[in-house]
Amino acid sequence: MAGIPHDHYEPVTQGEKWLHRRLPVVGLLYDTLMIPTPKNLNWMWIWGIVLTFCLALQIVTGIVLAMHYTPHVDLAFASVEHIMRNVNGGHMLRYLHQNGASLFFIAVYAHIFRGLYYGSYKEPREVTWIIGILIFVLMMGTAFMGYVLPWGQMSFWGATVITGLFGAIPFVGEAIQTWLLGGPAVDNATLNRFFSLHYLLPFVIAGLVIVHIWAFHTTGNNNPTGVEVRRGSKEEAERDTVPFWPYYVIKDLFALAIILAIFFAIVGFMPNYLGHPDNYIEANPLVTPAHIVPEWYFLPFYAILRAFTSDVWIVIAANFLTGGIIDAKFFGVLAMFGAIAVMALAPWLDTSSVRSGKYRPQFKWWFWLLVIDFFVLMWLGAMPAEEPYATFSLIASAYWFAYFLVILPLLGVMEKPLPIPETIEEDFDAHYPPKGEASGAAAPTPAE
Amino acid sequence: MIRKITLSAVAALGLASPALAAGEAPKVTDYDFSFEGPFGTYDQMQLQRGLQVYTEICAACHGLQYVPLRTLGDDGGPHLPEDQVRAYAEFYEVFDPEIDDFRPAKPTDHFPGSQLENAPDLSLMAKARAGFSGPYGLGTNQFFKGMGGPEYIASLLAGYDDPPECAAESDIEGSYNRVFTAGGFPDECKYEDGKHKVEGSWISMGQPLYGDDVEYEDGTSASIDQQAQDVAAFLMWAAEPKLNARKEAGFIAVAFLIVLSALLYLTNKKIWAPIKRKGITPAE
Repeated sequence: MAGIPHDHYEPVTQGEKWLHRRLPVVGLLYDTLMIPTPKNLNWMWIWGIVLTFCLALQIVTGIVLAMHYTPHVDLAFASVEHIMRNVNGGHMLRYLHQNGASLFFIAVYAHIFRGLYYGSYKEPREVTWIIGILIFVLMMGTAFMGYVLPWGQMSFWGATVITGLFGAIPFVGEAIQTWLLGGPAVDNATLNRFFSLHYLLPFVIAGLVIVHIWAFHTTGNNNPTGVEVRRGSKEEAERDTVPFWPYYVIKDLFALAIILAIFFAIVGFMPNYLGHPDNYIEANPLVTPAHIVPEWYFLPFYAILRAFTSDVWIVIAANFLTGGIIDAKFFGVLAMFGAIAVMALAPWLDTSSVRSGKYRPQFKWWFWLLVIDFFVLMWLGAMPAEEPYATFSLIASAYWFAYFLVILPLLGVMEKPLPIPETIEEDFDAHYPPKGEASGAAAPTPAE
Repeated sequence: MIRKITLSAVAALGLASPALAAGEAPKVTDYDFSFEGPFGTYDQMQLQRGLQVYTEICAACHGLQYVPLRTLGDDGGPHLPEDQVRAYAEFYEVFDPEIDDFRPAKPTDHFPGSQLENAPDLSLMAKARAGFSGPYGLGTNQFFKGMGGPEYIASLLAGYDDPPECAAESDIEGSYNRVFTAGGFPDECKYEDGKHKVEGSWISMGQPLYGDDVEYEDGTSASIDQQAQDVAAFLMWAAEPKLNARKEAGFIAVAFLIVLSALLYLTNKKIWAPIKRKGITPAE
């Protein structure tokens, strides 16, 4: 792949040469695996591997679960119980798949906030970033539809409320909603198409993941300093980088093993902790659960959806200016999707010439406030829609938008960044000084 | 139509909250069950006692439609001998569409469903209820105490009490229960601001346990509390029959991954050492 100069695959044996002339697949794998990677990456760069693992885990467990699952309103709930009781290892498969979704979202949020802090979205990595946001949106769609499949009370009512959002679109909303559901209400047609799409979308995600990797292998990885790898010559590049294999593969696998130890402790010892008890009651269109709460990973966006009620001035203004076309409900829907859209636009909203937040003294505060804001929104999404939570939700939602639409553009102009290192090598050497400088070249330094 | 359903669902979010805000969190006792924590497993004798309570009392109205009768003989469950499972199964009549008639159940059949229309099926009840929640919607109580499904069931079964004095004039139906909060509540027992004078509410299920309702073969005294805990444990098994196997798999996986992490840590340290110019002895 283009970008940083490095050694390419050279076929040696007759067999290798034969294949390479016809299909350079070994070369592709070699170049992908040996890609020069900045040698100063920290532990926040491990989430990509965790995410790839999650996708594989969900696809493998999901395919086996699909062999035993029945997408029919009368049989779905019972077929999940069949998996839990009668299928060999079925209870583990199901709990792995169920909690795998949570691990997937923990990793994706960590990955996104890593990108936001170190400016990974900035030129020339905008395409990587946009594809990443697309993957995130598809993940949300897939997770939402997957949650409907067990056909419990939360499945049914969650589907009813969320598909109802599309009904809020002016003029065409109800038609779109009916089209999505395959009928006037959540029913067998809905369950069938959700199953079909829940099976399809992970493969679309897998395709986008390949493009995502292709994109950042072209631009090269970002790194904690945000300074680009020198590309003048191979020797220069090698002073800034190490090959992905074995240095980062082993490091990432180590991090993955620790994360999986925690994951398996949750699956083994408290598999229902992140779920909702109501989903162990079969769906009943005639009984509305007391609290309809989405899964934890949707809560921040759910809080934004609910924050803009009809008594908020901006909603009243929008309602007035559009002649009533944008009502409170539609405003909430726009806000929820807008909260993701502003993230996608971050490359153009951030005006700072410095990439990494490490060298941006004011940005740091706003960034960590955004992280806190995210968790506060998550908490608020789980709370009932009443005071004081409604006011908190409004403030927290407002900050989310302000960060992207006001703070990022202004900071680039107003902030005075700290000096940044010339090269990645310089940053790395500051942490791990070359031997000659500290002591005699031959004297081994003790392990720290 | 669908708009109405959606709106009512959204409205339910708002309507349900006052009950929560009134501080009516159920007073669930944190019973010590043998299957709690990473090391906990089902107590076979307790499951057998719970099965007895279920059979002699609960099964009159409730069902366990998702539980196959043969699983009563499974390891990690009540673990009845095969002939007892067969004999127990014959105790139930099931409808067989092939002969278009009722016949005695076989171990391959499931427990029958509920006998009464408004008596919920109990197969998953222990996972469909949460005894603990909060604080402040953070869920940390559940992290430390567990979801509390069986605790909720036991507390509810032992939570029947004489109706409070304020309800003496009321014609409310059902039985007063200190733990059940989702039932009817007479206006006579509310303060002017709508807050409740007494905990709990009125449940339509009549009091099922009075003490010594069953005679345990192992000589355990059949107090209300004992029976309530036994049947709650049994229902937890009915909802989560693979609990023992799951925890075992969890242990193997966690132990394997800890060893793997240690090895990967050492490997990582070693391969990075020359890059980081650390501790390379000349012998290496």
